[in-house]
Amino acid sequence: MFDDRSPIYRQIADQIKADVLSGVLDGDEQVMSTNQYAAFYRINPATAAKAFQQLVDEGVLYKKRGIGMFVSPTAREALRDDRRKSFFADVVDPMVAEARAIGIPLDEVVARISGHAKEEGR
Amino acid sequence: MTLSIETEALRLDYGSTKALDGLTFSLGGGKIYGLLGRNGSGKTSLLTILAAFRKATAGRALVGGRPVWENAPVTSQVCLIREAGEAAGVGTADDAFYFAEALRPNWDGEYAARLLDRFEVPRGKNVEQLSLGKRSALGVTLGLASRAPVTMFDESYLGMDAPSRYAFYEELLADFMANPRTVIMSTHLIEEVNALFEEVLIIDRGRLVLQEDTDTLRSRGVSVTGPEEVVDRFVAGLTVLGDKRLGRTRSAMVYGEMGETERRKAVEAGLELGPVALQDLFVHLTAKTEEAE
Repeated sequence: MFDDRSPIYRQIADQIKADVLSGVLDGDEQVMSTNQYAAFYRINPATAAKAFQQLVDEGVLYKKRGIGMFVSPTAREALRDDRRKSFFADVVDPMVAEARAIGIPLDEVVARISGHAKEEGR
Repeated sequence: MTLSIETEALRLDYGSTKALDGLTFSLGGGKIYGLLGRNGSGKTSLLTILAAFRKATAGRALVGGRPVWENAPVTSQVCLIREAGEAAGVGTADDAFYFAEALRPNWDGEYAARLLDRFEVPRGKNVEQLSLGKRSALGVTLGLASRAPVTMFDESYLGMDAPSRYAFYEELLADFMANPRTVIMSTHLIEEVNALFEEVLIIDRGRLVLQEDTDTLRSRGVSVTGPEEVVDRFVAGLTVLGDKRLGRTRSAMVYGEMGETERRKAVEAGLELGPVALQDLFVHLTAKTEEAE
């Protein structure tokens, strides 16, 4: 459910993006309508509509007039691409900072990752 | 049908007490509005004036552009449900329905009956013998089924248990979507109901503190945490609503939009930024006006 600590439309948009990324929502699959969404999560319909509009603007969803909203067939790939672009800044850099802060030498971190890479290779 | 609401320098005096002290705002209508304020801030005074239960000492209150006081064509479009319902003294729930049907041009009796079933309120029992929660549920039913273009709930859920309150929120949303209208809901249960509001009004001491899109307001609070002197430097010149200190760590609650550049500066300075709950913003926004006076 949504909390009152950040804009709800953004939380909704993030949740739908996460579902697209993980494959819970497929390309060309219909998503719930704004009203169904509002009723299901007990939120204001205008807030839900704002989230859906943002996703349409970003190309994650598309509208079929009179029918509803659907997941863009390219959405998953586009979202993965975005995540890849920010992966090092969002995940690796903070990890390195944390390793430094608690005194883990970076070679150890690299060795660990190499271990995973080897496992994958087998 | 939806109706706008406007007030202009609205004042209500009880003897020497100013319940409303120059309240001015304008609601476009067709939305669910949250009316937030501390006890004695003037919420009930405002709603009773909008419903024409009471005459303002000065200023204007307009619904759909027309004054509400002694204006029956307007007041028949406005329904106010006060705490613990509206039906005390009328007899049974069935009697209350009978009166509502006569008073409310858009009354939906079938819907009212369905709601009463959902809330498990006995129809034939005298309202005064019902528990507070059931009386509130009847009040909420009268408000929803009135389908009044302006429907106002003033802490109407008092005594209703959590499942009944959630049923109320569900019904409110479903009926609002099916029959769009102007809804104002005053509440202290900010955490529980804030997601229902498209816009919120915060009033304090009879004056407007702010009127804002709820999601915009949610993005307005930022907590800035870190070593005292670094936080001191960073928040200088910003609006600081509240402060917490633990040893040499300071956590300041900042109010206002914070841009990407500022956020990056904060992180580079080793500060931690976090969100602030709407309820906390409310607490600090209303505590501040108290200190200022």
